[in-house]
Amino acid sequence: MENSLLSLLIWLPIFSSVLVIFIGNNHANTARWASIIISVLVFMMSLSLYTGFDSSTHLMQFVERTSWISQFNIHYHIGIDGISMPLIILTTFSTILVIVAGWEVITKRCAHYMAAFLMMEGLIIGVFSSLDAILFYAFWEASLIPMLLIIGIWGGGNRVYASIKFFLYTFLGSVFMLVSLIYMYNKGGSFSILDMHNLELSFAEQSYIFWAFFIAFSVKVPMFPVHTWLPDAHVQAPTGGSVILAAIMLKMGGYGFFRFSLPITPDASLEFSEIIIVLSLIAIVYIGFVALVQRDMKKLIAYSSISHMGFVTLGVFILFLVYKSSAIEGALLGLEGAMVQMISHGFISAAMFLVVGVLYDRLHSREISTYGGVINSMPKFTGFAVLFAMANAGLPGTSGFVGEFMVILGAIQANIWYGVLAASTLIIGAAYTLWMVKRVFWGAVTNPVVATLKDINAREFSILAILAVAVLAMGLYPQSVIELIHTSIEHLLHQALTSKL
Amino acid sequence: MNNIIEFDTSSLWIALPEFFLLSAIVIILLLDLFLDKRFKQVTYYLTQFSLLITGLLAFNLINHPQTIIFGGSFVLDNMASVFKVFMMGASMVAMVYSRHYLRAHFLFRGGYFVLVLLSVLGMMVMISGYSLLTLYLGLEILSLSLYALIAIARERADAIEAALKYFVLGAIASGLLLYGMSMIYGISGSLNINDIASFASNANLAPRETLIINFGLVFLVIGIAFKLGAVPFHMWVPDVYQGAPTSVTLFISTVPKIAAVAMLLRILVDGLGNMHAYWSDLFMILSILSIALGSVVALMQTNIKRMLAYSTISHVGFIMLGFITGTLTGYGAATFYMLVYVLMSLAAFGMIILLNKQGFEVDQISDFKGLSKHAPWFALMMLIIMLSMAGVPPLVGFYSKFFILQQVVSAGFIMIAVIAVIFTVISAYYYLQIIKSMYFDETDKNITIQAPIDIQLVLSINVILILAVGLFPDFWMKLALSLF
Repeated sequence: MENSLLSLLIWLPIFSSVLVIFIGNNHANTARWASIIISVLVFMMSLSLYTGFDSSTHLMQFVERTSWISQFNIHYHIGIDGISMPLIILTTFSTILVIVAGWEVITKRCAHYMAAFLMMEGLIIGVFSSLDAILFYAFWEASLIPMLLIIGIWGGGNRVYASIKFFLYTFLGSVFMLVSLIYMYNKGGSFSILDMHNLELSFAEQSYIFWAFFIAFSVKVPMFPVHTWLPDAHVQAPTGGSVILAAIMLKMGGYGFFRFSLPITPDASLEFSEIIIVLSLIAIVYIGFVALVQRDMKKLIAYSSISHMGFVTLGVFILFLVYKSSAIEGALLGLEGAMVQMISHGFISAAMFLVVGVLYDRLHSREISTYGGVINSMPKFTGFAVLFAMANAGLPGTSGFVGEFMVILGAIQANIWYGVLAASTLIIGAAYTLWMVKRVFWGAVTNPVVATLKDINAREFSILAILAVAVLAMGLYPQSVIELIHTSIEHLLHQALTSKL
Repeated sequence: MNNIIEFDTSSLWIALPEFFLLSAIVIILLLDLFLDKRFKQVTYYLTQFSLLITGLLAFNLINHPQTIIFGGSFVLDNMASVFKVFMMGASMVAMVYSRHYLRAHFLFRGGYFVLVLLSVLGMMVMISGYSLLTLYLGLEILSLSLYALIAIARERADAIEAALKYFVLGAIASGLLLYGMSMIYGISGSLNINDIASFASNANLAPRETLIINFGLVFLVIGIAFKLGAVPFHMWVPDVYQGAPTSVTLFISTVPKIAAVAMLLRILVDGLGNMHAYWSDLFMILSILSIALGSVVALMQTNIKRMLAYSTISHVGFIMLGFITGTLTGYGAATFYMLVYVLMSLAAFGMIILLNKQGFEVDQISDFKGLSKHAPWFALMMLIIMLSMAGVPPLVGFYSKFFILQQVVSAGFIMIAVIAVIFTVISAYYYLQIIKSMYFDETDKNITIQAPIDIQLVLSINVILILAVGLFPDFWMKLALSLF
């Protein structure tokens, strides 16, 4: 049991999703209850990853390894370290949220909806725990399928376009990764990711591999200029889909940089770090301005996600510049900040999309102009919404502040202008978030329908309350997360700064 | 050079599956003449039974040491036996699917089954052919049966058109092939693959001899490319796939591919393996063109049979890509891809047939609209088939592409691998179109499945295999490699 915990976390949701499909749409309530029980169970089990985790070592834990495709020396090899563990718990946590969030709202093919999210949960846990490149790739690609269906079946008016764009974009991104993985296998004779970390590669090889990885991961993050699929996907996806997309799927891209790009191609990462930093800063500043002019709330949050994820890539690649100009502590700060930002963004973006979801369920409009003065009819809900908006704007005391602050501190050590540009997000972010809050929640009621809105029910209240606790807890005591990731990040930093040439 | 065919009764055992099938064909043909219309089912069951027995006989010969009989014109080795067993399995599945279609479209005639059996016999001869003449003989038995099979829907103009097109282009291909064979025969002085191989491996070939071999080689490659449907010799594929009755398309798109690959292996690998440097360049061009054209042109199709035809062209490109490495593992990868392709193609056309109703022909992508609502199980099946064809893991279509790409990259052709994967992404778009039709499009059309339980069951097993072999591909990869 102890040894197969990770496998259980991957396969229990996947097999249960098949079960839920067989329960069928005619027994929607059974399907709902089965899904919630399974997702809570999986979450509980994932907590024992936390309790059983030894944060004093960077080595992989909960490792399982058996031969899978012996022809290519491919193993079913899974394990976690401080980088993947928090992301797995984030996944199990978010899955409960989306299942509860879809409880009454999804009436069309309810069982299939729940099954898709359970399937997705298992596949994404597989992505975060794979230590074999082909196993990773299989989970990585397979996770596209449920998301394609979620957007395409339960999405909005333009869902077909959005879902196919989503699929093709990410599919195109990852095939180049496949070719470079194969290349490394042919060179080193192993698909183990840990072996690839130690594989000797010339600079030219590293460059090609770096860009192949970059295409795969930057599409997923998404970075400027390959971000255009995200607003479409977010706007069209049902609330649950948006939550998973923003809270977890984007993290797969960031995770890729942590697990593949930095340790496998350290010299190429160093060489090209300035390009990535510039792209990240463009994402932070320019996409921030783009968010400012959005009329659609979901689009606004989607752009804000891109802007916030810019901090992740900035934190990852700023370390090379910081290391050149000052001490290793600054580099560590940036990298840890990136990791903290990923987790924090998981909570905040999930919360923001759920907030929009609550409004959308009532008025079936995402337009900011439909609303105004929501506080008058939904005071409790507005309380939560404003809290999450503040967190999104990076208010100290919320989790949104911690990661961004750490990355900005790191960036300033590298180059004061990078720091200034990154810090400008605190202003731009506050501008677009608070302006949205002003237009949606405050002021007089202009649309008579808004006055008739009912405040959130117990189900919605509990989801938002849990998220509020998470956002505040991480903001007030970030040390709890940093302790978990510290040793692994330190090791990663060491790998990234050790030349392979 | 042994031109006298010695007849030795012990060699009969080696070709037992072929002899059995031949006798079965004769018996079924005669029996069918005298069967009353009410008992036409008997022909079907006898056909399945003879395929089963032939398969078992071939299975029995697996691991038989390599034996060459009939004066060097017929070979039995592991590759032959495994290919034959697999071919029998695929044919039986194809027959199960066909029955529903034939009934729904009033094509259920004894002749159909006899022609299928004849073509299977031709393919068995191709698989075991070890001289150019035997190979050609097998190919012609196959082709002639197929022409007749396509034209079996004789009241349908498009079927007749397809049959004629296939006949004319197939005849040209056979002519080119024969011309190439005559060149090789002329210079090496033998029709036997063995003798040709030893002639070609002679290190002291005169430049003139190499030139003539190359000259013949080009024609052989063109002939084989014609039969496989590789670009630029693919013109017949879309028209034949679209025009032929779906059950015949199903058959043409699957089982003959096994035989074509076998013939390729016999002539180019067993016979002219030493000339690999000359023909691999041709293959590289053919395969890249096939992958590109197959992926791009399929995007505009609305007819699903035509779309799958282009998809086949792109799959053929991948199969041929396996041959450019010139290593045994590369040939193994191509064989694995071919087996996987047959598995997927069977299922894809099986799905189309499944939706056919009495007198109602399903051949448009839009016919799949609303399937997920009315038959969620089969929509899921089709989803798996399409994603597998697109090469999405963990389905088996991914591993076959992966195997080929791994070989291509290890041979140093990284750019070719990159081009191939880019077109894979492009091709994903049209597979997604079907998923879109099934899942995303709203329709009030009601789809009812009229197909009998046996096809539903076999189809489900077929698709579950696509998933299962995808999850555990090791055994099949090893099997494909063990043939070389």
